[in-house]
Amino acid sequence: MEKIFEQLSHALQHVTGFIYPNEVELHWNILIVLYPYITGLVAGAFILASLERVFNVKEVQPTYRLSLLTALAFLLIAPIPLQAHLGHPERGLEMFLTPHLQSAMAMFGFVYLWYLMAVLLLEIWLDFREDIVRWSLQKTGMSKLIYKILTLGVTDLSEKSINFDRQVGKIITIIGIPSAFLLHGYVGFIFGSVKANPWWSSVLMPIVFLFSAIVSGIAMMIIIYMISSLLRSKKIDMACMDKLASYLLYMMIIDFSLEALDFIQRLYEAEESIKILSQMIESKLFISLVVTQVILGTLIPIGSIVFTKLLRFPDELRRLIYFIAAILVQIGIFSIRWNVVIGGQLFSKSLRGLTVYKMELLGIEGLLVAGIILLLPFVILYLLVKILPPWQKNEVSIETT
Amino acid sequence: MKQTNRKQKRREFLKVVATALPLAALAPINILRANDMAEKYDPSKHNYGMGIDINKCIGCGRCVNACKIENKVPKQPFYFRTWIERYVIPMEGETLVDSPNGGMNGFDKLAIEEAKIQRSFFVPKLCNHCENPPCVQVCPVGATFISQDGVVLMDSQYCIGCRYCIQACPYGARFLNPLTKTADKCNFCYHRITKGLLPACVEVCPTQARVFGEISHKPTPLARFRRFNEIHVLKPGLNTAPKVFYAHLDGEVR
Repeated sequence: MEKIFEQLSHALQHVTGFIYPNEVELHWNILIVLYPYITGLVAGAFILASLERVFNVKEVQPTYRLSLLTALAFLLIAPIPLQAHLGHPERGLEMFLTPHLQSAMAMFGFVYLWYLMAVLLLEIWLDFREDIVRWSLQKTGMSKLIYKILTLGVTDLSEKSINFDRQVGKIITIIGIPSAFLLHGYVGFIFGSVKANPWWSSVLMPIVFLFSAIVSGIAMMIIIYMISSLLRSKKIDMACMDKLASYLLYMMIIDFSLEALDFIQRLYEAEESIKILSQMIESKLFISLVVTQVILGTLIPIGSIVFTKLLRFPDELRRLIYFIAAILVQIGIFSIRWNVVIGGQLFSKSLRGLTVYKMELLGIEGLLVAGIILLLPFVILYLLVKILPPWQKNEVSIETT
Repeated sequence: MKQTNRKQKRREFLKVVATALPLAALAPINILRANDMAEKYDPSKHNYGMGIDINKCIGCGRCVNACKIENKVPKQPFYFRTWIERYVIPMEGETLVDSPNGGMNGFDKLAIEEAKIQRSFFVPKLCNHCENPPCVQVCPVGATFISQDGVVLMDSQYCIGCRYCIQACPYGARFLNPLTKTADKCNFCYHRITKGLLPACVEVCPTQARVFGEISHKPTPLARFRRFNEIHVLKPGLNTAPKVFYAHLDGEVR
């Protein structure tokens, strides 16, 4: 506890202007930044997968199953930062057992479970069932047992049965799209509905969250698909990458326009909070908002993809540009989450002063733990891919000679 | 004659003593009765609020100190159930606001020349016990709630420590208690008011800047306070409907 007092004393020295005395402590830290970042990736990856299924976009097929597994891997980790952040993690389950129905946060459990159980798991199972049954017959030993269990006893491989899987899968995807919208729109609502906070309180918040989620999901799939192809020495399907890059570009333009709209609206309305918010952007958020979110995370990726489209670069260069753009987009989206969550707490609700956030390195709410939590989905994805290989049969290997 | 007179007087004295003694013996019963009343406290018969007269506050900080002691609020300068802000509005330029250690140790001399000051005043703050409390709305488990007597309470045995309520409070009235790791805030000294006592901050205020009492009943000090003063509440635009009423509140106060 002495450590907290020490940190707060330090923060108190860096307060500028006037803040309410209870505002010295910044309550939602790096772990809460991770939460919308991770759920955004879930929603984005799922929406990308749905494109192929519902709208029959053939080019993105190589990433279809991989996207579903990525969404699952990130979804399984999504509650961990929330849980770790609670003052009483042992009481966390109360949110499910005795939810206060008026609370936006209490709905988390239901939205989460609905999405996990009713949408994602079911869709993955239906999509993989045919393969699971086949693997359960081919494999031996432990893996045979695992696949046997995964069939859930449904081993019928007749055409009628497979068709049924496809049809139900499609229906679930159609239900899944609004569900993915709900999942991340809802996360935006948690912030957007706080009327006490002028930085958060905006009807656009859920929509901006949603589009930034789609952007981050597509960019993440570009990264994961490229790296996984490289690791497996398979040729990267450039038609797929071009298509993903196009989607990424369109979504980024929508996302950026929405955010610009929000920004211009605030600036033009110039409500009483405008002065302190401008101060915050010019000082505390300058790097994370102007530099990493707007310039590095948005304008450079948009520009580079546009150039790639206009100039018809060779495959290798395009791949490299897409990859770098996708990494930059991740940095940009992470900055968006940071600017929303941390930015919303850096100014006083008295609108007269700013406080600081000094991130811990160690400790449960520190950078190290955040890094570990962020790596976990990739570990889970690795395991999922081992159990349910999402690769297509017609892939071309890179010649090693 | 004198002797009979004296006897009479003695008799009268004994009579007085004889009647007074049993009465004196009854006194402890009265105390017991007071306790009985406490047990029978009926929250549905009350609706509490507070009035604060800005003109009467001298910024001595005794309320802040009393609150910290009474409610075992950590003494560090980051945790306050009540605090005092000092506003200094100069002839020219920005309004200056400060609240060093929540005003608990009073305030230092002003850094600005007195001749250059237009207005200056102290504003005691605390949980506003809103009728539409955003903190209660957002609590995911219902650990914070409005009691029947109109006090916004916290159940620290139930709070999960998510801190959504702290984010939702527009007044900065909540903090995370480092001892319990749960959200904490003013409860009008609920343990006192249900026994018919005043909140600690009201009890110690040397200028009676704070008036505590019933909102709904007519013949009470708070009703009188509201009747004879122009009343303002903090951040009325947020529709939280606070039940801490300010008299002589300046528009600069947020």
